[in-house]
Amino acid sequence: MSMLSEGRPTRQEENLQMTDDGSITTHTGNRALMVDEPLIFEIGSSDRSGVDLPEAPQVESRLGGLEREAPIAIPGLSEGEMVRHYTRLSRQNYAIDVGLFPLGSCTMKHNPRLNEKMARLKGFADIHPLQPVDTVQGALELIHELAEWLKALTGMPAVAMSPKAGAHGELCGILAIRSALEARGDAREVILVPESAHGTNPATAAFAGYKVEDIPANKDGRVDLEALKARLGPDVAGVMITNPNTCGLFEPDMKKISDAVHAAGALVYCDGANFNAIVGRVRPGDLGVDAMHINLHKTFSTPHGGGGPGSGPVVFSEALAPFAPLPIVEKMDNGHFRLVEEETAEDHHSNSFGRMVAFHGQMGMFTRALAYMLSHGADGLKQVSEDAVLNANYILRSLEGVLDAPFAKSGPCMHEALFSDKGFANDLSTLDLAKGMIDEGYHPMTMYFPLVVHGAMLVEPTETESKAAIDQFIGAFRSVAERAKAGDELLKSAPYFAPRRRLDETQAARKPILVWTEAEDFAEAAE
Amino acid sequence: MRYLPLTPDDRQSMLATIGAQSVDDLFVDVPEEARLNGPIHGLPMHAGEMAVEAHMKALAKKNHAAGDMPFFLGAGAYRHHVPASVDHIIQRGEFLTAYTPYQPEIAQGTLQTLFEFQTQVARLFGVDVANASMYDGSTACWEAITMARRITKRGKAILSSGLHPHYVSVAKTMARFTKDNLSYQAPTLDAATDGQNMLDQIDDETSCVVVQYPDILGRIGDLSAIAEKAHQHKALLIAVVTEPVALGAIKSPGEMDADIVVGEGQSIGVGLQFGGPYVGLFGCKQKYVRQMPGRLCGETVDAEGKRGFVLTLSTREQHIRREKATSNICTNSGLCALAFSAHMTLLGEKGLRELAMLNHKKAVQAADRLSQLDGVKLLNDSFFNEFTLVLDADSRPLVRKLADQRILAGVSLGRLYPEVTPLAHGLLVAVTETSTEEELEQFATALEGALS
Repeated sequence: MSMLSEGRPTRQEENLQMTDDGSITTHTGNRALMVDEPLIFEIGSSDRSGVDLPEAPQVESRLGGLEREAPIAIPGLSEGEMVRHYTRLSRQNYAIDVGLFPLGSCTMKHNPRLNEKMARLKGFADIHPLQPVDTVQGALELIHELAEWLKALTGMPAVAMSPKAGAHGELCGILAIRSALEARGDAREVILVPESAHGTNPATAAFAGYKVEDIPANKDGRVDLEALKARLGPDVAGVMITNPNTCGLFEPDMKKISDAVHAAGALVYCDGANFNAIVGRVRPGDLGVDAMHINLHKTFSTPHGGGGPGSGPVVFSEALAPFAPLPIVEKMDNGHFRLVEEETAEDHHSNSFGRMVAFHGQMGMFTRALAYMLSHGADGLKQVSEDAVLNANYILRSLEGVLDAPFAKSGPCMHEALFSDKGFANDLSTLDLAKGMIDEGYHPMTMYFPLVVHGAMLVEPTETESKAAIDQFIGAFRSVAERAKAGDELLKSAPYFAPRRRLDETQAARKPILVWTEAEDFAEAAE
Repeated sequence: MRYLPLTPDDRQSMLATIGAQSVDDLFVDVPEEARLNGPIHGLPMHAGEMAVEAHMKALAKKNHAAGDMPFFLGAGAYRHHVPASVDHIIQRGEFLTAYTPYQPEIAQGTLQTLFEFQTQVARLFGVDVANASMYDGSTACWEAITMARRITKRGKAILSSGLHPHYVSVAKTMARFTKDNLSYQAPTLDAATDGQNMLDQIDDETSCVVVQYPDILGRIGDLSAIAEKAHQHKALLIAVVTEPVALGAIKSPGEMDADIVVGEGQSIGVGLQFGGPYVGLFGCKQKYVRQMPGRLCGETVDAEGKRGFVLTLSTREQHIRREKATSNICTNSGLCALAFSAHMTLLGEKGLRELAMLNHKKAVQAADRLSQLDGVKLLNDSFFNEFTLVLDADSRPLVRKLADQRILAGVSLGRLYPEVTPLAHGLLVAVTETSTEEELEQFATALEGALS
C-alpha cells in the first residue's frame, strides 16, 4: 500500500495478490462479508443525486445578491448506492442488537421496537414546536404523563423535562442550586465532587462557573462521610454524588450525607446515570436528594444511536422546584394542558432560572420512554432493577476467583461489577484484555473508569440478557482474563478478527485529519 | 414481561451461585427506611404491545399533524421531506443500538459516518473543520460564545437582534452564571438587517459578534464587513444558521470569513418532532480546532496500515480533563447526525442546490401572493424560504383563529417576543418544498377572511 509521509494511505486499498507468506489474501482485500467501504467523497459526485424534485416556479430570486457561486463539493449518490454505503458501514459496528454490550455506567439494554414505531406516529413526529398549544394537546399530555411517572419513581415533587442529555441535566440541576442560593443572598463558590465521579460532573460545575474540589473515597469504595463533613462550610454550594456510585456500590450513608450537606446550608445533586439499579425499589427523594437527572437513554431504553440523542430530565425537591427552567407543561383545572414559556412565566414561574434550550426537549425520546414505562409498569420496572442487580452479582461472583474485584468483599454490588488489572503478567493491561474480548465477539466493558481503581473494568450486563448469554460471556471473560494473567503475548496485538486492527490514536491526535480532502491535494500539501 | 428473559429457575440458580437467599439480600446496602416493598403506588402494572400502542395512539391523535393541513411554520424548525431510505438507514440496529464509538475497531461504521458528516458540514458552512454534533442549534450557539471567550480571553459578546430569541434566552441563562457580558436588543420591523448596528458596537473588549444568517425575520445580510471589523479588533465572527438548506442557495458564512459557524441541522434528515431531538452543527477555522467543544472524529491507520477512524483530541473533553474541559457535553446527537449525513448524501450538491431554489422560489411566490392581501405587508427585501409579514392586526389571536380552521399559518412574533408590543403584528411564514399551491391559496383565503 502506498503511504504519504505521515502514514496516511493515498488510496482506500490497493489490489492484493493471492498469497503472502502463506496467508490467503484476495484481489479486493475484502473477506467475504467483511467488505471495506470507501468514503462518499470517493464514490459519489456533485452532479449525482438520489432525490427527484419538481421544477421550481419561474420567478426571480430575492437572495440579496448573495447567491452561492463557489462549489459546495458535497457528493451525491443514487438511492441504491446510498443504502448500500450505509448498510455496509453498519456491518462494521457492534451494537446491542448484535450482542451483549457490558459497558459499565452506560446501561446498554435492549431497545424495544414498539417504541420506535410509537415515536414515528405522525401526531408526535410531524408536529412543530411552535404550533398553537390547542393543536398539540396530546404532546403536552404525553410530556405531563411522563413527568408524573418520573416524579412517582423518584419520589420528587417536580421535574424539568427540557434537558437534552445527562450532562445537560447536570447543568440544569447545578443552575437550579445556584439560583436557589443566590435567591437567598448566599452565592457560594465551591461544588464538591467525589474522585470516582463521571467526568461530566466536574466539567458541569465548572461550566456553570463553580470551583470544583474532590472529596475522597474510603477503602470500601464509598464517599468518605467524615472527610466530606470536614470540608463542608459556608463556601460550599453543593455536593454531586452518584448513587449507586461508579464503583457499582450503593452509598449506604446517602441520607446522612444529605442531612450533613443540608445542615451546612448546601444542596445535594445526585447523578442519576445508575438509576437502573434501583428503579422501582428505591426513591432518591427518600434519601434527601435535591436534584437528579435521569438518563432516558439509559434506564428507560431510548436508543443510544452511536452517541445520542439522549434525554436528561431533572427531578427537583421542594427547595429547588421554583427555580426549574422554562418551558414547563402544566395541567389546568379544565383538563387542558398549557405550556409555560417566556410569554406566560411571569405570573407564577417568576423564579425560573430561564431557558436551557430552544423548544421543549427531546420529544422523540419522551415517546419512547413512556412506551417503555407503560410496557413494564410499576411491577416490571421493579423487576428490571432486580434482574439488573442479579445479573451483575452473578458476574461478580462467577469471576472474582480469576479477576481481582476490589470491593467484592464488602458485599454485593448493584447493577455493575468492578474488576481491576491486578495480577496481569507480562505488562498486559486492561486495554489488552478489552481488545481480546473483541475477538471473542463482545463489546468490551468500560475501561479505566472509575479512576479510583487501577486498570478498572466496569461490567454492566443489564436485565435484558438471558442466563445463557451471561454464562457465555463469563466463559469468554474468564478465558481472556486467564490469558492476561498468564502473560499471553498475543493479546498485545488483539483484536485480530475485527474490521480493523488496533488503531493509531496517537497519530490521529498529533496531526488531526478531521475532514476528507482530495488525495492528490493532500499528497501535494504533505510534500 | 416480554423484555426480561430470566425465568424463576434462572433467578434461583443464579442466587445460589451468588450465595444469596433472595434478591433482597443484594440490596442490603440500602437502608431499611429507603426500601420500597411492592410496586410503587399509583402507577399502572405492565401492559402488552397492543395496549401500549392504543394508549400512545390516543395521545397522538389529539395533535394536529403538520402534514394533514396547510402548514407554514418555521422559526428554527422546518418541515422538509425526508426520503424513506434515510429512516430505513437510521433504524438499522447496528447504528440505532450502538454506543459512542469508544472501541474503534468495532465501531468503524459509526466513526466513518461521523467523519463524512464532519466533512459535509464543513463544506456546507465553508469552514475548515466541524465536530461530530451538538445537542441542537441553541446550545451550539452558547458553546460557540464560550469558545470565543476562551480564544480571545474577553467576555463581551454582541448578539445580533436577528438571532433567534430562544438562542438568546439560552445564552442569557448561561451568561448570568458565567458572568459573560451579552449585548442584545430585540429586532425592529425593518427591511434591513442590523449589520450597521453590529459594526458600531465592535470594540477592543469584544470577544465575538453573533449573527444569524438568514436572520430570525428571514432577512439575508452580507457578513463580510462584520467579519472584517471584528478581525480588526481581534474579535471573532460567529455565524448561526438555523435553516441549513439555505446554504444550497446563498453564500456560506465561511466564504464571508466567519470564524465559527454553528447551526441547527434539523432541516436535513430529521423531522419536526415537536422540537427534539435535533442536531447541533458546529464548524470553525482550523486554527481554533483545539478549543472546540464536543466529539471529533479523525482519520488514522490501524496496525496493518489500513485507513480507519477514531475519536480524537479527547484531551479537550470532560472524561479526560474533567473541570478543565472545553465543555461538559458527552452524549450528543449521533443518530440525528447520521440522518443528516444520509439525507445529504442522497441530495449531493446538485440536489441540495435544487432543493434550496425550490424552497426559495416557492417562498417568493407565497410572499407575493400573501402581500397582495389588504392589511398585509411584506417586510423583507431579501429572504430564503421564510419571510415576515406585517399585519394590520395582532398576529397571535389570528394564528389561533386560523388553527381552528385547520390552517397552521406561521409563527407569531408576539409569541417569540412577548415583551415587545410592536412585534405582535409580525407573522413569520416559512414555505418549503412540502407546501402546495392549493395550500397557499387556502392560507391566503383564510388570512384575508381573518383580517377583514
